[in-house]
Amino acid sequence: MPEKLNLNRVAMPKQEPKVRAANFNEVALGYQAENALAEASRCIQCKKRNCTQGCPVGVDIPEFILALRENKMSEAVKILKGKNALPGICGRVCPQETQCEEVCTLGKKGAPIAIGRLERYVADWELAQPASAKPKPEIAPPTGKKIMIVGSGPAGLTAAADMAKRGHKVTIREALHVAGGVLMYGIPEFRMPKRIVQAEVDYVKSLGVEIKLDSVIGKIATVDEIMADGYDAVFLGTGAGLPMFLHIPGENYNGIYSANEFLTRVNLMKAYLFPEYDTPLRVGKRVAVIGGGNVAMDAARCSVRLGAQEVYIVYRRSRTEMPARREEVENAEEEGVIFKFLTNPERFYGDEKGWVKTMECVEMELGEPDASGRRSPVVKKGSEFKMDVDTVVVALGTTPNPLVPTTTKGLDTTKKGTVVAEEATGKTTKLGVWAGGDVVTGSATVISAMGAAKRAVASMDEYLKGK
Amino acid sequence: MYQIVTREDLTPEIHLFEIMAPDVAKKAQAGQFVVIRVDDTGERIPLTIADWNRQKGTVTVVFMEVGKTTRKLATLKAGESIANFAGPLGLPTHIDKYGTVVCVAGGFAIATIVPIARAMKAAGNKVISIMGFRSKNLMFWEDRLRQFSDELIVTTDDGSYGLKGVVTIPLKEMLESGKEKVGLVVAIGPTVMMKFSSLTTKPFGVKTIVSLNPIMVDGTGMCGVCRVSIGGVTKFTCVDGPDFDAHKVDWDELMARQRTYLDEEKRSLELWKQSCSCGGGKT
Repeated sequence: MPEKLNLNRVAMPKQEPKVRAANFNEVALGYQAENALAEASRCIQCKKRNCTQGCPVGVDIPEFILALRENKMSEAVKILKGKNALPGICGRVCPQETQCEEVCTLGKKGAPIAIGRLERYVADWELAQPASAKPKPEIAPPTGKKIMIVGSGPAGLTAAADMAKRGHKVTIREALHVAGGVLMYGIPEFRMPKRIVQAEVDYVKSLGVEIKLDSVIGKIATVDEIMADGYDAVFLGTGAGLPMFLHIPGENYNGIYSANEFLTRVNLMKAYLFPEYDTPLRVGKRVAVIGGGNVAMDAARCSVRLGAQEVYIVYRRSRTEMPARREEVENAEEEGVIFKFLTNPERFYGDEKGWVKTMECVEMELGEPDASGRRSPVVKKGSEFKMDVDTVVVALGTTPNPLVPTTTKGLDTTKKGTVVAEEATGKTTKLGVWAGGDVVTGSATVISAMGAAKRAVASMDEYLKGK
Repeated sequence: MYQIVTREDLTPEIHLFEIMAPDVAKKAQAGQFVVIRVDDTGERIPLTIADWNRQKGTVTVVFMEVGKTTRKLATLKAGESIANFAGPLGLPTHIDKYGTVVCVAGGFAIATIVPIARAMKAAGNKVISIMGFRSKNLMFWEDRLRQFSDELIVTTDDGSYGLKGVVTIPLKEMLESGKEKVGLVVAIGPTVMMKFSSLTTKPFGVKTIVSLNPIMVDGTGMCGVCRVSIGGVTKFTCVDGPDFDAHKVDWDELMARQRTYLDEEKRSLELWKQSCSCGGGKT
């Protein structure tokens, strides 16, 4: 143990707000070797490993930090990737502050170890190594079992990597033209560089996983047809891809986007590089993003970068109830995003050409806690007011795409459209079919989807052994 | 990559590609569409499925050169490939026995109508088809449509072939004469043509189906850009359509939404014409 506890974490360099508000490059620049070593050396290597228990995929955190501290980088990679196939992604977008870092012993007296930043440092170190220098993963001998994974987002990639390491023959079917799911279409470049996602997808492929793109399951084949085709197990990681709208008058005016459309155009289709890339996106001078989650922050921060003069986050509850990570809220504020709390849109007005011009809102106040445990917003009578807007992004959340569930016999879904699956095993109501991630929980986090995939892998593997 | 097996130029600006895509060919049905991307910087656009060959594993699409993407597509030759081809998307056209079905096609939408007429005919309907073009030199597939039609009426805007005028004229005459008890009208073509076909049949209370063509991105229900108002309810064309009850469509909203990116599309096309040596897709 170090002689004296260092209670301050090492800061991670970031692009200055003014600079980054005009580019799509990554905001957080990552630790250099000396930062990483300094931060790693703060770890007191507790016997009771709260951090590992706080990690949804159970990464051996003290061990990888120790390896890093002793400059055994390959070893650190091996430890990390033993539990987490996507460390470059998780190091960037996991909400560590409510998971591993929240329970870090140092957090009782000062700042917890910056586990996410160290994870990112190790992942980025590996990425920079030539192929020959990268640690080789251990893959079990072939079992002869064939697994189909539907969807290549965080859940699908994790399930694929772990099943492949256990010696099963894994195929992923992805509906879009690139693998990565929400990591590619949803999370912007400045928070999740696409070369990192691509590198981690390539790693999954290097384990022997085959990824077939442009494959809309439910259309080209049903789950029953896949099983009839000789697959021993199917994992559904189809996510929550269906956007929710406000269902208020005027919502179909031009200039009103679902967050999914807005972010897909920007991230997947690279509309920020139009006309070099063919997909356009029109962002006006005054943008209102409706919602208070990470997706809302992403849409608002993209709008800033695309040249909007005023960007508002319009949220019906108060700051305390916002589901977005605090770090993302701070980043958005630094970049000039204006927050309008306790405000809810009621209708939109458009011009003669069908473009949105004005958003009518009401003020809200907080009442009794609702089912989510948060105080529910209630309309303040007579508080209507109008905001001039020319772009609106609706970021209220998403629900699962029904294409697979509605074409699969015997697969039960809830009223919300999520697939019914056991939490501990990911088993669905259909024999031989597992599910995990947002398709089961509704929109949640990358790491919770990965955790669900890992639990499903254990259950699938057990099932296949008995088959 | 998806290879173009055959290319046929139906008119100077309308082309047919038969594309190798066995997964799609296996399941394609009349009325469905695919979403394609020409190359790695390309946008995703929907194209209606005109035909398929399940044995060969090919799917046929017909497209007209309009903007940059369709012009870029038109530069490709048989043997070359496009980057992405996903489908079959959307719900197939509902095929049933209606008695007499009138299939109305405007311009290159005849490629969409042919498989529908074929399926309607196979289901035991009497099929009367009306196909309209601007001019005789832009016509194609008259023979193909005739093959599945008990009657075929051709119109041209300039009178260079068949009846002079637009498709709604013979459609209205037919409904007014009352000679045929029409069970269903399927009208597919440019939005304005579908709107006027809908207005034509509405007073007669004849059930009318149209295949809508709003802007799309993913084509799987993910983005919602293709939302349309059907009887006051928002629907996604890509998963709830593309076929809808014509009399319930909010046509003005659809047309406004289709114009969202007119300026950007123009700019994109101009820049492309300047930068490429292919004369903007023209050979």
